[in-house]
Amino acid sequence: MDTKTIQNNTKDTETTERISGSEAVIKCLLAEGVDILYGYPGGAIMPVYDELYKYQDKIHHVLSRHEQGAAHAAQGYARISGKVGVAMATSGPGATNLITGIADAQIDSTPLVCITGQVGSHLLGSDAFQETDIVGISTPVTKWNHQITKASEIPEVFAKAFYIAKSGRPGPVLIDITKDAQIELFDFKYKKCKGVRSYKPVPDTDENSLKAAAELINNAKKPLIVWGQGIILGKAEEEFKAVIEKAGIPSAWTILGASAIPTSHPLNVGMVGMHGNYAPNVLTNECDVLIAIGMRFDDRVTGNLETYAKQAKIVHFEIDPAEVDKNVKTDIAVLGDAKTSLTELLPLLHPNSHTDWHQKFKDLYKIEYEKVIKNDLHPTKEGLTMGEVLKEINIQTKGEAAIVSDVGQHQMIACRYAEFNTTKSNITSGGLGTMGFALPAAIGAKMAAPEREVIMIAGDGGYQMNIQELGTIFQQKVPVKIVVLNNEFLGMVRQWQQLFFEKRYASTEMVNPDFVAIAKGYHIEAQKVSERKDLKAAIKEMIDCKGPYFLEVRVEKEDNVFPMIPTGASVSDIRLE
Amino acid sequence: MSENKQYTVSIYTENNIGLLNRISAIFQRRHMNVESLNTSPSEIDGVSRFTLVINITESQMKKIIGQIEKQVEVIKAFYHTEDEIIYQESCLFKIKSELLFDERQIQNIIKESNARIVTVNKEFFAIEKSGRKEEIDLLYRELSVFGIMQFTRSGRIAVTKDEMKISTMLKAFQD
Repeated sequence: MDTKTIQNNTKDTETTERISGSEAVIKCLLAEGVDILYGYPGGAIMPVYDELYKYQDKIHHVLSRHEQGAAHAAQGYARISGKVGVAMATSGPGATNLITGIADAQIDSTPLVCITGQVGSHLLGSDAFQETDIVGISTPVTKWNHQITKASEIPEVFAKAFYIAKSGRPGPVLIDITKDAQIELFDFKYKKCKGVRSYKPVPDTDENSLKAAAELINNAKKPLIVWGQGIILGKAEEEFKAVIEKAGIPSAWTILGASAIPTSHPLNVGMVGMHGNYAPNVLTNECDVLIAIGMRFDDRVTGNLETYAKQAKIVHFEIDPAEVDKNVKTDIAVLGDAKTSLTELLPLLHPNSHTDWHQKFKDLYKIEYEKVIKNDLHPTKEGLTMGEVLKEINIQTKGEAAIVSDVGQHQMIACRYAEFNTTKSNITSGGLGTMGFALPAAIGAKMAAPEREVIMIAGDGGYQMNIQELGTIFQQKVPVKIVVLNNEFLGMVRQWQQLFFEKRYASTEMVNPDFVAIAKGYHIEAQKVSERKDLKAAIKEMIDCKGPYFLEVRVEKEDNVFPMIPTGASVSDIRLE
Repeated sequence: MSENKQYTVSIYTENNIGLLNRISAIFQRRHMNVESLNTSPSEIDGVSRFTLVINITESQMKKIIGQIEKQVEVIKAFYHTEDEIIYQESCLFKIKSELLFDERQIQNIIKESNARIVTVNKEFFAIEKSGRKEEIDLLYRELSVFGIMQFTRSGRIAVTKDEMKISTMLKAFQD
């Protein structure tokens, strides 16, 4: 893995040169500072791959084992680096295989540029071999997409694509290029995009709404902040910390907001939502002002909207005007990016501490600790819990690891118990809940931040949804650490079946292969742990390993994740058992 | 629960391929049926205008406008109630020629409704009528008694009574 040695200039090209569309694609990527891309070749994108061969000292292409893996790897790269992730595939099935990753990036606001090859323009609409209408298919799950049929369109479309993907509320963009456009020669000149007439990425922050918000916050007796990924995407972590510390407001996070401030920060009161912490969920329905920052009131966060924070005035800091009043009616909306809004809010706030109000969070935490956390982290029964695996990882990485989790019970446990000292450390599929996300995303994350410990946590179900990416790890020598918490079940579905379907475990029990043998088949060091006494040493061996490492931990088969807000219930009806 | 109302939506967009798909998908995803849809050039060079009619609640309408404006190539979207706009729809009837002579009443209907005979030949004649929805509905009812060979009506086109200031907004986008 030598991506760190590749440096590209990110500037306009001043002179024109006559080159092919394919070479133009590479030059556009270089001009945008792309030094790594994930993809899978095929007939309709072969001219671009042929040019890549020439530029392999400048752009590192990572051959995934499935296009979905390429898209998720590009997401992992984008999430940890804050840069645009790039994925490339051929037409037809190559392009459609990208769709899950694109949809995931759309709902989690991840900047991606996906490039797909397309059949020759004379064949468009003829049901040609490997032709799909990928622009039509991807329309609902992209921030923007475009089909290029002439080479001369390439520079402008690429410049626009990168601008749109990363500006404002980020998102995925898809560029489809017909094969003839890849081959055609034209006079290339590149100019970076600085704006699109119809597109205003960041709305202006209105001074009056900011003042009104400050007044509500200053007068609040029981304020609660719920922050989301907008803090991280807006690079507003420091401004956010300054605001909560000055105003002394207990602050809780959504799953994608995790790690924006350290877990140990005294004003960090935990996670909200279906499997969030007891105190912030219950007190959502007691606070007098609820301040939402860079979050979108997802249904997994709010539970029943009819009862959600009805007693509170709602202040919403948000970059995307369409999110305001979409789910929860706000009293004051402050549009704009988090960094600017919070910078301007800070001087308007009065110093405060809200001591009595804080005590309520502490009291409820004690209840949650006794009923849930103690059993998860310090179990007395024989079987291993997912929580104690996370606890040991925290201890050995000192909370500095980036945790890439898949989707399911282990994800909720990872988000609840992983300790984060550094921002951009929680990489997971939030909105789409994509099983199979973690393994490829961890590849991208580790390649973007080779200096960081990147630990993937997956269940036995999700791991097998993109297990083929072990091949990518092996070929690229990505020293990612893979932890599979194996309970031989699709655990979260099984938990629901237990609680809401009278234990009718329909198709959730898994007969699994020898995971260690599979990892070793890919020449990845591996071991399996089934007993508590071996856990610490196994995690140490994994972390000490210089290369990639696979660790399977056999955990309790029928453990449940609590607290839990059943679907449709109020956040204050959160169950502890 | 607020009640459904009829809204006319005006959307100013860049004139690019694929926008119709993006905009219609917004309604489709929310299971909303668009009553009529028309796209055309607008008063600004290179800017298209979509005009849609839909029956939904005002709260839904506001959210939809937000989702439409979120599309990168949408410049601005507005929604209007009936009394805020001047609108027209257009329709064509194809009727057997013999009826024009056998049923004298048809000639009166055409005259009284301010419809226009577009063409007449041996087999059929065609009538065009522009007007408000109710006028076209009435003409349809009156003619259907005699038998209609073909009927088609356009989407609504509308202008607002108040200024829309779209040019000012476009300038702001460019600044």
